[in-house]
Amino acid sequence: MSERRIRVLIGKPGLDGHDRGAKTVASVLRDHGMEVIYTGLHQTPAMIAEAAAQEDVDVVGLSILSGAHMQLFPKIRDELTSRGKGDVLLVGGGIIPHDDIDALEADGFAKLFGPGTKTTDIANWIEEEMKTRFEKEGDEV
Amino acid sequence: MSEHPGVLERLLSGDVTALARAITWAEAGDARFQRVLSGANERVGKGWRVGVTGPPGAGKSTLVNEMIGAHRAADRTVGVIAVDPSSPFTGGALLGDRIRMDGRSSDGGVFIRSMASRGSRGGIARATVDAVDAMDVFGFQELLVETVGVGQAEYDVVGAADTVLVVLCPGAGDGVQALKAGILEVADVLCVNKADLPGAERLVSDLEEAVELRAVGLRDGWITPVISCSAGKAEGIAEVMSALASHREWLEEGRLREHRSVRRLAQVRRAVAEALDVELWEAAGWRDRASHLLENGKAHYDVVADLINGLRDAVREKTEGSTKER
Repeated sequence: MSERRIRVLIGKPGLDGHDRGAKTVASVLRDHGMEVIYTGLHQTPAMIAEAAAQEDVDVVGLSILSGAHMQLFPKIRDELTSRGKGDVLLVGGGIIPHDDIDALEADGFAKLFGPGTKTTDIANWIEEEMKTRFEKEGDEV
Repeated sequence: MSEHPGVLERLLSGDVTALARAITWAEAGDARFQRVLSGANERVGKGWRVGVTGPPGAGKSTLVNEMIGAHRAADRTVGVIAVDPSSPFTGGALLGDRIRMDGRSSDGGVFIRSMASRGSRGGIARATVDAVDAMDVFGFQELLVETVGVGQAEYDVVGAADTVLVVLCPGAGDGVQALKAGILEVADVLCVNKADLPGAERLVSDLEEAVELRAVGLRDGWITPVISCSAGKAEGIAEVMSALASHREWLEEGRLREHRSVRRLAQVRRAVAEALDVELWEAAGWRDRASHLLENGKAHYDVVADLINGLRDAVREKTEGSTKER
């Protein structure tokens, strides 16, 4: 029989058109046995949150290089919460200053990965987090 | 309503996250999915199921995107399962069909779910039919299944659909390809996409000839239409939709009940086979017995005979025992 697999949505919010990083991370997570949904460029917060809800992902990973993270990231978090997906493991990466990382990690984001992060570290960190989350989960029929 | 409504109750009241969770359970082989579906059995069968299949790059996702648009323009709700392959090495998958359906899912009348094939080799995943059942119960009117890109012989989609749409594009073989057994045989509607590319007219006429020779679309007296379109340019979509609608009418006037009950029966048979595999191989110790016999030098067909005969004897003993009691 099948088992529960980690499902991840990789989203590119806003106007920035560079998705090499997002695709690299998506491929690495795939190679770690995860099911990765990449939704493409130029997504609004509502589009990302709606896709996350329909796909029942366990993890939402946001990639942004444009500098608009302090505007877009909290909006995505709110859109997720309003769809009953506030419990998703929310992470992000890109060109994000240290102060902003601290602010986001204090405000609903589990972890932000900056430039220089080893891709396998991201995959291993997600695997560890999800191990405990899957154990705790208990929805009723 | 109870204070913390469960997934079934939420699903029936139109909560998308409950539908999404039910599909996750179906994919994981979680017994809770069976309870959800059994609790809503009378609602299965209201939606119309179209399977969209064809080789990689033929334009399946792009065409599905246009089909969603056409259904929404007519105010019909749409649920989509889009299947992509899992890696045979790591089990991971990159699911990218959603990119071609950009923006559709924010509209409340559309639900799109990406699904990894997880080792199934027939073009859809083991849980695909379960997921379509769940969307059906939820109340979506039009149910679309997009298969992985297929070759010539992956046609499990037949078991998931009322109507099978096979999408092809020019440049992938001569007229003899169109005569081969396999995927073309199961087409209720044939669509030549990218009709603006060279070779499209030739492909259409090759396919039409194959239909005339009764080499494709053999099922039950329906004559498979060959439609050309350019999904990327949104051209020819109305013709595709009208061909699909004709097939639906034709089925509804005749063999729909039979068609669906054959499909249901096959679904039960497959589930029984899976459950038996778990029951016998693991729980009843067949794995150990088989490996023991193999190590003692038995030929593999003799091992099979030993196991099957053992099962047959056990069943016979049980039925005879219960007859005597009566």
